[in-house]
Amino acid sequence: MNEFDRRDFLKLAGLGGVVFASGLRARVLGDGLRKDEETKAEEFYFVQLSDTHWGFDGPKVNPDAQGTLKKAVAAVNSLDTQPDFVVFTGDLTHTTDDPKARRERMAEFKEIVSKLKVKTVRFMAGEHDASLDRGEAYQEFFGDLHYSFDHKGAHFIVLDNVSDPQAIIGEAQLKWLQADLKRLKRDTPIVALTHRPLFDLYPQWDWATRDAAAVIDALMPYPNVTVFYGHIHQEHHHLTGHIAHHAAKSLMFPLPAPGSAPKRAPVPWDPAAPYKGLGFREVEAEVKKAKYEITELPVTKG
Amino acid sequence: MNRTIILLMALTAALGTATLASALKIAPATETVIRLKAKNFEFTPGEITVKKGAPVILELTSEDRAHGFNLPDFSVRTDVKPGVVSRVSFKPEKTGRFGFTCDVFCGSGHEDMSGTLVVTE
Repeated sequence: MNEFDRRDFLKLAGLGGVVFASGLRARVLGDGLRKDEETKAEEFYFVQLSDTHWGFDGPKVNPDAQGTLKKAVAAVNSLDTQPDFVVFTGDLTHTTDDPKARRERMAEFKEIVSKLKVKTVRFMAGEHDASLDRGEAYQEFFGDLHYSFDHKGAHFIVLDNVSDPQAIIGEAQLKWLQADLKRLKRDTPIVALTHRPLFDLYPQWDWATRDAAAVIDALMPYPNVTVFYGHIHQEHHHLTGHIAHHAAKSLMFPLPAPGSAPKRAPVPWDPAAPYKGLGFREVEAEVKKAKYEITELPVTKG
Repeated sequence: MNRTIILLMALTAALGTATLASALKIAPATETVIRLKAKNFEFTPGEITVKKGAPVILELTSEDRAHGFNLPDFSVRTDVKPGVVSRVSFKPEKTGRFGFTCDVFCGSGHEDMSGTLVVTE
């Protein structure tokens, strides 16, 4: 697995995501563990939130549909050290056939997340946001459907596998990806951010991207690639060769494990354990080693 | 490769499969034709039963908008569009219950739009 240590990955998969010694931010803060300036510049952390489905209405699934996202924003704001940036991996809003209601939901979502202390927020679309109008409303509110950016030595690529309702990346975006990758050094740490899985996780539940193999083919020559995604409303870890894929929890409702139920219906709310199965994650990036330490966090403490 | 197979391959190349089948008096297996309607957000019927080893033709139509039909266990998928009859054929070679789903996002009930293929002995 090259720089991404396989034992650590297996440990991560086995323990449900709360893993690794979490000394990175302590080092950055300089509490006696400070490393040299070069290393400091290459270590950072970001927060991934996913599948907030703003506009969803289903009291048996989430009686606090109007409050969960706001609680998550408050939870991020309460982190001792603020992340370098926050990323939302799609399904910001719950789908609606009404273009006006879609825009209202996007405006409300944007207003709520504007309360984040961190002002660098990266968005991407989910099929609920973008599939019915091929991303028209989404782009009005959040900008491009696919793009890339660099942060402290890591290259982030946001891929759109939802604005085509057939869950296709498509030839044009694939060419853009190939051109984007071409300008990188082979050993550049690459983080792909997307909504749907870039592998056939469980096509029986539409948990796949139809032309994902072409994306993986493009990424495979690069030894340091990690994918963070959403869509399946639960933590999940998978390897395609040396490429690790990490799915995030939802902030509206959890879904069953792949194939574990007759249908992919939301897991009902448990009054004895409110917000169970919901949450967000911290990702601590050690860029030089292309290593990512994931810590899953709940919506509310206690 | 024995002489019979070589001879059959040569005949096939020369005459085409249909002509060869006719010449050898091989009756085609009976195909079961099943019509499936797609509509927000369900397939009708939602459960279909077929026999293992018997060829199946699915004829799919949409009564409202673009949908998809995906039966991954048998590598069968097609778009299902209004005004068009989409035909797919396959031969189920294993028994059990297999899920099929709409794989073209179609709205707020998309995640519920699924069905089951039952293959019996």
